[in-house]
Amino acid sequence: MNTRIYVPVDSTALSLGADKVAQAIAAEAAKRGIAIELVRNGSRGAFFLEPLVEVQTPAGRVAYGPVQPKDVAALFDAGLVTGGSHALSLGLTDEIGYLKNQERLTSARIGLTDPLSLDDYIDHGGFVGLDNALAMSGADVVKEVTESGLRGRGGAAFPTGIKWNTVLGAVADRKYVVCNADEGDSGTFSDRMIMEGDPYCLIEGMTIAGIAVGATQGYIYLRSEYPHAFATLKEAIHRARAAGWLGDNVRNSGKAFELEVRLGAGAYICGEETSLLESLEGKRGIVRFKPPLPALEGLFGKPTVINNVISLASVPTILAQGGAFYRDFGMGRSRGTLPFQLAGNIKRGGLVEKAFGVTMNELIHDFGGGTLSGRPVRAVQVGGPLGAYVPASQFDLPLDYEEYAKHGAMIGHGGIVVFDDTVDMAHMARYAMEFCAIESCGKCTPCRIGSTRGVEVIDRIVANEQRGRNIALLQSLCDTMLNGSLCALGGMAPYPVLSALNHFPEDFGVDKTEAA
Amino acid sequence: MSSHHPAPGVDGRQLQSLVDRHADLPGALLPMLHAIQDEFGHVPEQAVPVIARGLNLSRAEVHGVITFYHHFRSHAPGRHVVQVCRAEACQAVGAVALEAHAKKCLGIDFHETTADGAVTLEAVYCLGNCAVGPSLRVDDDIVGRVTPERFDAIVAELRAEVSA
Ligand SMILES: Cc1cc2nc3c(=O)[nH]c(=O)nc-3n(C[C@H](O)[C@H](O)[C@H](O)COP(=O)(O)O)c2cc1C
Ligand code: SF4
Ligand code: FES
Repeated sequence: MNTRIYVPVDSTALSLGADKVAQAIAAEAAKRGIAIELVRNGSRGAFFLEPLVEVQTPAGRVAYGPVQPKDVAALFDAGLVTGGSHALSLGLTDEIGYLKNQERLTSARIGLTDPLSLDDYIDHGGFVGLDNALAMSGADVVKEVTESGLRGRGGAAFPTGIKWNTVLGAVADRKYVVCNADEGDSGTFSDRMIMEGDPYCLIEGMTIAGIAVGATQGYIYLRSEYPHAFATLKEAIHRARAAGWLGDNVRNSGKAFELEVRLGAGAYICGEETSLLESLEGKRGIVRFKPPLPALEGLFGKPTVINNVISLASVPTILAQGGAFYRDFGMGRSRGTLPFQLAGNIKRGGLVEKAFGVTMNELIHDFGGGTLSGRPVRAVQVGGPLGAYVPASQFDLPLDYEEYAKHGAMIGHGGIVVFDDTVDMAHMARYAMEFCAIESCGKCTPCRIGSTRGVEVIDRIVANEQRGRNIALLQSLCDTMLNGSLCALGGMAPYPVLSALNHFPEDFGVDKTEAA
Repeated sequence: MSSHHPAPGVDGRQLQSLVDRHADLPGALLPMLHAIQDEFGHVPEQAVPVIARGLNLSRAEVHGVITFYHHFRSHAPGRHVVQVCRAEACQAVGAVALEAHAKKCLGIDFHETTADGAVTLEAVYCLGNCAVGPSLRVDDDIVGRVTPERFDAIVAELRAEVSA
């Protein structure tokens, strides 16, 4: 058997030169007359080690990284194909602490397999959940998901089973499953990693959703910033259909489920579910009033399950291992695991899936190794551009939806953006307002106009023009946005702004002691 | 760095065939606009009435959709499109300085094209590459850990490419 060598095709690995490394390995092997099988896998998610090259050995997969094309000849000299030792050796991949100490349920397969290989998928436990679901009633599938305690991973943390139950109970000639793959939050990439690294897992989750609620058509609404994920999903859907996992008779069950990927077009607001549905219908992404709930009147006016990628990709595990298995991870009302994403100024950035209850300190210090710059961590933004800035004094809080909400913060999609002590928090507050102004759908005045005013007011505070008066003005403006916005874009943009002001008043020229 | 955009100049028949090919999809407008922009590098003004007729919409509606989305351009870009990520995680590792460097090095602002037609510069808000920023998108490639020097090398490479 030829030696298997793995080089990831994940976007981040590619952004660091993985293609050139793969080419160099193929060329070097050919030159030396060594027969290898080059597998392009997903990324293990330890991005600080990318491009991460792995070699299959009798003892397990052995890792090297980060590898550059110029290292390849020396790696072969050192006996790469037998897992020989080299300065870039990381030992057995499974023993790398960053990976070993995770609790991977949803992201368990990413990096292990060739993302497009159906055989690999099945060999690694794929489609067990769907097979189970096909043998159950829709109501029982929904019950299993409800029992798992799974809550929406897109931001709002609404219980997935309850949402599905509404769609199940709705009577209509047609129902839809829509996957929210808009992943607009800075600092997040777990959706992307699933789509690029384990696309059949998402396809399986959506198919289970369709079978559970009686929907026959699915759409994945994917942001246009993800060209690689787009290509992978299209190919995966094509192969799944050819193999009978999708289509008008899924696995000869007599049940139909079709799936299509649609591209967004660079609008953050289209991650909001009703704006997304408008966009899928071919319109401007203007947020809808609720009610009606999308579960009752969603896409093209029909009952629609709309869920985030990670929510849907968590479902196969729940159906394969049971709701109780999943529910046993986590704390309080935050059940299961979340693939956290360590981003920004972080030494060991990447995907860290852990049960809820892990602390920020564990994530950014034990896993992340502190900042990339080596300077002290000053703040982290959790939960995307609408999430609060959390100061170091709160890094011991358990990451739990309710605990974070109590402190005016949110976990959202699990993105953690780290800043060192050179960050200017007044600048970050200004950016939050600017971003809201750029991305506002324009439906409500507090969001559309208020955000632009917010930028101006912060500029005046920083320039020390009537600072006290303008701070009061900023606070009242935030209050108006919080209370007078239809959706969370205008309604939550004040969180990063006010948290920056409250925790870091000195950056706004305000004495710490006189701050509110 | 692949995916050149063809030189401006829009073939009416090709446009019509793209419209026809997508007209029957449910929610056809976005897939249609993507197909047109992929083909011509932008959504030309002359496409608006053709799309409107094909989908039984008013021109104002079509125009409204095109202008709502940041991705769609009304003007032909240069041979390559370079997008600089402006979002928070990239800011945490120097995106503000990179943006300033890019504008200075190319001598243009966002949404402008260099005089030699090689590069159009745009802003982007996260490429999902947030653990290894600052990040760029160069046509369909994502690039991480972009220093000013790396940026200059990428631009030099794009300019050196012979335009067929
Ligand atoms: C401004 C805004 C942007 C959002 N962006 C996303 C997004 O990119 N991805 C996502 O899954 N949910 C996003 N959401 C949340 C969705 O509205 C919705 O709650 C989610 O799709 C429901 O799926 P879930 O229950 O599986 O989380 C956003 C919400 C708002 C207000
Ligand atoms: S808050 Fe902003 S984005 Fe949300 S509906 Fe209102 S105007 Fe649109
Ligand atoms: S913030 Fe720049 S890639 Fe995500």
